[in-house]
Amino acid sequence: MKIEDRLFLVKFNPDKESHLVIKDRKTCRHCEFKPCQYFCPAQVYEWDEEQKLITVAYEGCFECGACRTGCPYLNIDWRYPKGGYGVAFRYG
Amino acid sequence: MPDIKDMNKFDAIIVGAGPAGTSCAHTVAKAGLKVALVDRGTFPGAKNVMGGVLYRHAVENAIPDFWKEAPLERHIIEQQYWLLSDDSNISIGHRSEKFAQEPYNRFTVLRAKFDSWFAGQADSAGAYIISKTVVDDVITENGRVVGIKTDRPDGNLYANVIVLCDGVNSLLAQKLGMRGEFDNRHLALAVKEIISMPREKIEDRFNLDGDEGATIDIYGEVAQGMEGTGFIYTNKDSLSVGIGVILADLVKTRVRPYDLLEQMKNHPVIKRMISGGEPREYMAHMIPEGGYKAMPKIYGDGVLVAGDAAMMVNGFHREGSNLAMTSGRLAGKTIIEATEKGDYSKNALSRYKDLLEDSFVLKDLKKYKNLPAHISNYSEFFSTYPEILNKAADEFLTIDGVSKKEKQRKIRKILTEKKSLWNIIKDTYKSWRAFG
Repeated sequence: MKIEDRLFLVKFNPDKESHLVIKDRKTCRHCEFKPCQYFCPAQVYEWDEEQKLITVAYEGCFECGACRTGCPYLNIDWRYPKGGYGVAFRYG
Repeated sequence: MPDIKDMNKFDAIIVGAGPAGTSCAHTVAKAGLKVALVDRGTFPGAKNVMGGVLYRHAVENAIPDFWKEAPLERHIIEQQYWLLSDDSNISIGHRSEKFAQEPYNRFTVLRAKFDSWFAGQADSAGAYIISKTVVDDVITENGRVVGIKTDRPDGNLYANVIVLCDGVNSLLAQKLGMRGEFDNRHLALAVKEIISMPREKIEDRFNLDGDEGATIDIYGEVAQGMEGTGFIYTNKDSLSVGIGVILADLVKTRVRPYDLLEQMKNHPVIKRMISGGEPREYMAHMIPEGGYKAMPKIYGDGVLVAGDAAMMVNGFHREGSNLAMTSGRLAGKTIIEATEKGDYSKNALSRYKDLLEDSFVLKDLKKYKNLPAHISNYSEFFSTYPEILNKAADEFLTIDGVSKKEKQRKIRKILTEKKSLWNIIKDTYKSWRAFG
């Protein structure tokens, strides 16, 4: 099952603005393995080779917090989406 | 929902409507005090995830006979532990008819449903439930915590005591300097699917009647050499199937957690258990598994910390919701006593620590205080041991004309091929000691 299909099973109410912000774009360029692309359970982060930056698909974020401490450079400004926004589990 | 602007000062404000927060709010409200339970979800439970097993003992302290009305899935009568290799499995299990009778022992739940019901109980007891509200910061005056800053307009609220039950990521405890940054070795990242299945099929497959349930905790091959465990839990008409792995291992190996889950679901032994099911929801959550030594400060002037925010998880026994509920209840008891004396100082609130010391919460966390570090040094428990034990069992149970004496020799060879006998003895001894 592909991650896109998995996320399709989940109810999200995304805000207009991202609650996840990369603090310093340059840091990602120097980050050797960019592990956020792999360990994030919702594949929020992807390296865009053309633009040389990490894209942030915050709309499908589970708000688990793994990227907050998993980023080797603690380069992600992590907060919760505004009240009532973000993921809303039906089962949990 | 009450109008936030009309509310004066509270006796207590609880941040987070999970098992810890709602237990605390329920306890305080029942004593007639004015309490607000603030949660960021569209309803209490919308953001909450666990495996999920709930323990009768912890819930009935708040609500006697809750199993008669609460939205529970199944009462667990059988618990299995599986040691998997790539194509075989050794299982150890326990089933008891005692657990099939009221008051039961433990239950599977779906948190979005249960937490919503539980918050309703706190509401009925008199707590103000404030949903869709993020607490951005804690308000302090002269070093004392006096209130919270929410993301609502004019959203500052004040109370004598603020209880942080804001979960594993507790940004508020961090802002107050009660905890530093968590170590990635102290966090497990778990992913889970809810797989729907007709209840008759579940009952046939797991040998259950009616609302009886079973849990399977899975060690070995599924974690692909990392420190982690999988699980299959039965719900009424679905299975909870998931795997949790230490975050540091995922960062290092660059294995995608959902790939790990997919491979686990395709393991030949597991595939049989979940076949015919349909995925309904996918989710992820972190579990604080650092144990006693990694706990933050849990009390201060005008503030208490409970549940996951305080790292109250017994990783070895897979217990968390009961520690959360008990700590929330004891935080509530502390607030009631503090209110009687009119003293909310750090010194007065240290009573919370004493109550926890007297309960299983800190007794158990202390008992296993060396275990998280020990397990980190022995990832072989999750890979080598399940593998060689399965090989030894395969050899023992394969009837192929080889004499039993020769079999014994072969099994000894399998066991000591990857680990010397001396190392096995040493591992066993050190593990015994780590269990305290």
